[in-house]
Amino acid sequence: MDNIKVLSPTAILGYGFPISSFEAGMAKLPDCIAVDAGSTDPGPYYLGAGLSFTDRYAVKRDLSIMIQAGIEHHIPVLIGSAGGSGAQPHLKWNLEIIEEIIQEQHLHIKLAVISADVSKERALFALSRGELKPLHPAPEATEADITEASHIVGQMGVEPFIEALKEGADVILAGRSYDPSMFAALAIHRGFDPGIALHCGKILECAAIASTPGSGSDCMLGTIYADRFVLETLNPARRCTTLSVSAHTLYEKTNPYILPGPGGTLDLHQTQFTQLNDQQVEVKGTVFMPSDPYTVKLEAAKCVGYRTVSIAGVRDPFFIQALDEILNGVKQRVHDNFKELDYHLNFKIYGKNGVMGELEPISEIHSHELGIVIDAVAKTQDIANTVCSFARSTMLHYGYTGRIATAGNLAFPYSPSDAKMGEVYQFCLYHIIDVQDPLELFPIEWRVY
Amino acid sequence: MVKLLDLAKVIRSKNSGPYELTLDIILKDEESYRLLIEKQCITKDVIAKLYRIPVEDVINVIHFEPAHAIKATIVRPMCSGDLNETDVYGAQQHAPLLQLEFDL
Repeated sequence: MDNIKVLSPTAILGYGFPISSFEAGMAKLPDCIAVDAGSTDPGPYYLGAGLSFTDRYAVKRDLSIMIQAGIEHHIPVLIGSAGGSGAQPHLKWNLEIIEEIIQEQHLHIKLAVISADVSKERALFALSRGELKPLHPAPEATEADITEASHIVGQMGVEPFIEALKEGADVILAGRSYDPSMFAALAIHRGFDPGIALHCGKILECAAIASTPGSGSDCMLGTIYADRFVLETLNPARRCTTLSVSAHTLYEKTNPYILPGPGGTLDLHQTQFTQLNDQQVEVKGTVFMPSDPYTVKLEAAKCVGYRTVSIAGVRDPFFIQALDEILNGVKQRVHDNFKELDYHLNFKIYGKNGVMGELEPISEIHSHELGIVIDAVAKTQDIANTVCSFARSTMLHYGYTGRIATAGNLAFPYSPSDAKMGEVYQFCLYHIIDVQDPLELFPIEWRVY
Repeated sequence: MVKLLDLAKVIRSKNSGPYELTLDIILKDEESYRLLIEKQCITKDVIAKLYRIPVEDVINVIHFEPAHAIKATIVRPMCSGDLNETDVYGAQQHAPLLQLEFDL
């Protein structure tokens, strides 16, 4: 076989795809179907709380089409970063969806479930040996970061996927994965160059985002050859151009020439992008440089409290003029009343610097109205409720300089005015560790249906 | 004065992992790309001044020829999702770049 064709149906499992594009992809007789389900983009909550940021119904829709097609064509279906963050509860959530599909479609399959959870003992061991290194600009980890983490995951490379492919998996459901792994695994397993395969995976993981007009909800096909790969769109409304493909290499990366991953780095200094026709772009020259020792990136999140927010608007020009005085006054009042409580109170002022915070270059505002989010975080939901409620009522009736409207300072769009947001998580590990064996952290469990 | 907005077709910001914010400027053509590099229009100093951060917090400025792009990455004011966060995805931090203009 002189090439491996990989069908990437969608940028994130659950984001969907047109059936016509998927069928056009299947008509090209791909060797596998692969999908990335995850990201740290939505923030620490989903990893910390063990919940998916994608919708269950939407994930089931995508997966039922992919698995059915995979079984029909006798090609493997690879899913990475299950449930978005790829920890144990995410894996279990996604496994239940797959089991429903298996039952409903009366399928008989061999399923490999690869977990990516890293035990606290393992992380503490690495910390004690100085082998837990922060990825700049993340800070050094402390013991508490590890012991307080609700979930620690490692990003797996291609090796665990290859192991599962060797054993004949029809479907591979994996926890947290380096995004390109599931797209590159089959090609690397069959002896293709890892630099070519991984770079192809790097682009395929976002599916049609690398085409123009870009979309996270449409399919893309990658064909991996000995010394190059070709990307093509599967929807006549989209084109792959050298610019759309190379621009995607920039996306969410610090340095597009050097892309570090598990066990090594992709070097793009010699990479060339060539337009073959409207639908296809050829890429060659990317080199994979293995690292010694093999490193794996860890991610973890810990619960730091509970949040209550109140959303309000302001239309009074004198309030807007006196804003800083009011905010400081309210903070002071809350402090005076609840000195004994441990809490974090902040105000987001939309119309001023609600989006950019301290990075906002514009200091003088001319907004005729402002949006205010009163944001209280504390060790318990009750304390957060107390602080938010007190700050809200104080701001509502605050007597500021030049006040002319004495009935109330805030416009509340909702009753109740305060909303309990539940647990607040923080990323606490973004580190790499050395491993002896790329499979070490990623055990495979087999299920036959 | 020439506005960056007139030379670029994409100006965007996004997290690069939870600790970094990366700013992409994709120019309309090779000529604009070369001109901005030659005249050193986008440098660590320019980005630091624009975002009012110490120049050490600008991790790099990279010229990426295949996409006619200039890319700057800065240290996020805080780790994504920390208390006081305003933009979890980092997708709305590009606006100051829209104001850039150069004497070319």
